[in-house]
Parts: sequence; structure tokens; C-alpha cells
Amino acid sequence: MSTATLDKLEAEAQTSHNIKVTFRVRRFNPEISDEATWQDFELEIDPKERVLDGLHKIKWDLDGSLTFRRSCAHGICGSDAMRINGKNRLACKTLIKDINPAKPITIEPIKGLTVLKDLVVDMEPFFQAYRDVMPFLITKGNEPTRERRQSAEDRERFDDTTKCILCAACTSSCPVFWNDGQYFGPAAIVNAHRFIFDSRDEAGEQRLEILNDKDGVWRCRTTFNCTDACPRGIEVTKAIQEVKRALITRRF
Amino acid sequence: MSAETTTPAVNESVSLFDADNPAPVIEPPRKRTKKTPKSTRTNFELYGWLFMRLSGIVLVVLVLGHLLIQLVLDGGVSKIGFAFVAGRWASPFWQAWDLIMLWLAMLHGANGLRTVINDYAERDTTRFWLKMLLYTATVFTVLLGTLVIFTFDPNIR
Ligand code: HEM
Ligand code: SF4
Ligand code: FES
Repeated sequence: MSTATLDKLEAEAQTSHNIKVTFRVRRFNPEISDEATWQDFELEIDPKERVLDGLHKIKWDLDGSLTFRRSCAHGICGSDAMRINGKNRLACKTLIKDINPAKPITIEPIKGLTVLKDLVVDMEPFFQAYRDVMPFLITKGNEPTRERRQSAEDRERFDDTTKCILCAACTSSCPVFWNDGQYFGPAAIVNAHRFIFDSRDEAGEQRLEILNDKDGVWRCRTTFNCTDACPRGIEVTKAIQEVKRALITRRF
Repeated sequence: MSAETTTPAVNESVSLFDADNPAPVIEPPRKRTKKTPKSTRTNFELYGWLFMRLSGIVLVVLVLGHLLIQLVLDGGVSKIGFAFVAGRWASPFWQAWDLIMLWLAMLHGANGLRTVINDYAERDTTRFWLKMLLYTATVFTVLLGTLVIFTFDPNIR
């Protein structure tokens, strides 16, 4: 077969699969207006493409002023969490065919953080909460000459919470966080959990103490929004409950 | 979130805002800052959380029993009168029942409302005064109720 035929076949396959979708994007530009507005974009796109590809199409072909974060485009860096059809998801992991392209697809910035422009929010308060739980290994005494050993079971204990990519989908889906940014939020608790239940770490007590305070785990109302939102499939609410249980069993 | 779809005013010639004079951004309520963790190092929230679950379990029995006796058995509400109350409070068992139910329900409800205020009141002064109002009302109701249960006089004229 000649490459020309292949090219033709490919081109046919391309065009025949495309569908029309409307992207309804929440736009905000403080240099133009103090109000956010919805803007519709009509796209011809393969439904097996992702929402991120649609946003790229808009930015590259239709309106270069559309502003959003993305880096890896493969669900690893955690920069493109946004509210798609009212649910927090990663644009790079959401296929258009999975979110009913017959209707306009709404795309908004994640809630509870200051919107700087279009889909870009100020992540600083989110990372401040993360830093406040000391998300790094803390040990006492001399360093071992070789690696710090850990059994497979001990590693398994906190495996789920090692998967976090700090996308903020969970924290910005939490109604307690929407109303009060002082709450640590699920992501910070997940990352504290990662070290509290690590057998090599020796500052679990300190982290538990931090999360025992008034803006810590006791503000969680078990709504499960965080678990639903997490693109890594982490059982966020369960991790929070495990921290609560550790605090209670520590006392009694 | 309705269909108020508009094209942004990109081409509008008169705009209040520009690059040197951007519009104010909308900050979320009570944003976390570097100074946020003011550690109190108490177990108050832990005990509050436990108390809600434990008192809840006891309240299921007390409140449902109370409703059953008051509203369903023996002819329902129509039987309730001064004599009915006087008759029940003659027994220390019902006195204790009502006393425990009063204290648990009030503290449980007050702590629940404290959570609601913490969740919804954005400004610190609003929070403070709502909570003061709540605590005053709670203390008043608990003390008044306790006083009545202990000093109830069936022969009052
Ligand atoms: C019938 C038995 C009851 C049970 C099992 C029960 C259980 C609970 C529990 C477990 C919570 C904590 C929810 C959370 O932390 O997310 C709660 C909250 C609350 N309860 Fe109760 N409760 C009962 C009766 C009452 C009564 C009689 C009152 C009113 C005096 C009341 C008022 C509240 C309020 C205002 C809240 C806070 C609402 C919220 O957190 O969203 N409860 N209840
Ligand atoms: S727990 Fe999940 S949703 Fe939350 S920040 Fe981590 S990866 Fe994102
Ligand atoms: S762009 Fe990196 S997670 Fe989506």
C-alpha cells in the first residue's frame, strides 16, 4: 500500500469521527472587567479527544487569550484541575465522549480559591496548608549507613496516599473549604497521612497534633466530595477518617 | 449558572479597567496565610466530635421514647395537661430522663449550631457575636429547664 492511500484513509477516519461540541467557558479578565462571563466556543473535535485538547484548540486556533494551566498533559503534574460540567476533574484525563457532548460542556475554575484569570486560580493558600503539615520525612538519631528499610506491609499501609499529585481537585470540592479557607482541606490531610502512617517517619505525633486543632480533621463533615473528585482514585475521605481514628485511639 | 452566555467585552471601547488598573479579584472567605496555624494544643474539637456521636446514640432512645410517650401512646397529644406533667415528674425516673434529655439535646444542638456558624459566618465579628448569642441562649435554656425540673411544685395555684 502506498503512503498516499494510508494518508487518505487516515484523513477519512479523522473527519468521519469528528463531532460538533460547545465549550462553555467561564472567562474572567481583571484587565477588562470585574465580572466573570460565560463564553461559548464551537469546536469540531473527535469525541475520543480530551477536554484539554479542546482547550488547546480554542487557545491555538480561536482565541489566544484563553488562560489555563497545564504542563504534563498526562495526569501527572496536577496543574489542570478544573470544574467540568460542575465536577472537579483533570482536563487532561477527561474524554469528551464521557461527559455528554450533546449538551454544552461547562468549564470553570476550581472553587474556593481566588480566580486570577479565566481558569487560573491562586494556589498559594492550598500549598500553605500543604506546607503546614510538614510533608517530608522527619527522623531522630543518626542516619543509617544504608537505606531505611521497610517491610512490604508497612509500605502498603500508606500506599494510597502516596499517589497524590496536589491538583487541589479534592480541597476545592469541599464545602467546608469553600466557606472557610482556614480549614486544612483534604489534600493537606492526605499528605499528612502519607507520613503519619509511614513506619520510617518519627514526627507522626507532631502532625497529628497539628491536625487535632480547630481547623484540622474535626472540621471534616464526611461529604465524600473529595473522594469523588480525586483523579488519582485516592480514598480521600477514608484517609481523613484514619487520621481521626489515630487521634482518638491515641487519647483513649 | 443559567444561560446568561455573553461574549466578553473585548472590543468595548469604554472599559473601567486596563492592564495598569485591573479589577479587584474576588478572594475566598478567610484565606489561609503563613500566619494561619495558631495552635491551641487542646483536645476540645476531638471531644466535641466524640460527644456529637455519643450523645446522638443516647438521644435516639431518649428523644424517640419521649415523642412516643408524648404524642402517640394513651390518646396522643390530647392527654397532655398540667396533671399529666405533674404525674410524670412525681417519679424520679422521668425526672432523670427529662433532665438528661434536656442537657444532651441542648449541648448537642448547641455544638451542632456552633459547627454551622463556623462553616457559614465569614466575618470574624459576625462569628463571635453569633456564637455569643448561641452560648447565652443555651446556658439560659439549660439552667431554666433544670430549675423547673427540680423545683416543680404540683400544688401550685
Ligand atoms: C435523634 C438522635 C440524634 C442523633 C443520632 C444525632 C446525631 C448527630 C451527629 C452524629 C451529628 C454530627 C454530624 C457531623 O459532625 O457532621 C449531629 C449534628 C447536629 N445535630 Fe444531631 N443527632 C440527634 C438529635 C439531635 C437533636 C434532638 C438536635 C436538636 C436539639 C440535633 C441537632 C444537631 C445539629 C444542629 C447538628 C449540626 C448539624 C451539622 O453538623 O450539619 N440533633 N447530630
Ligand atoms: S488527593 Fe487526589 S484530588 Fe486531592 S490533591 Fe491529591 S490527587 Fe488531587
Ligand atoms: S496537565 Fe498535568 S495533570 Fe493534567
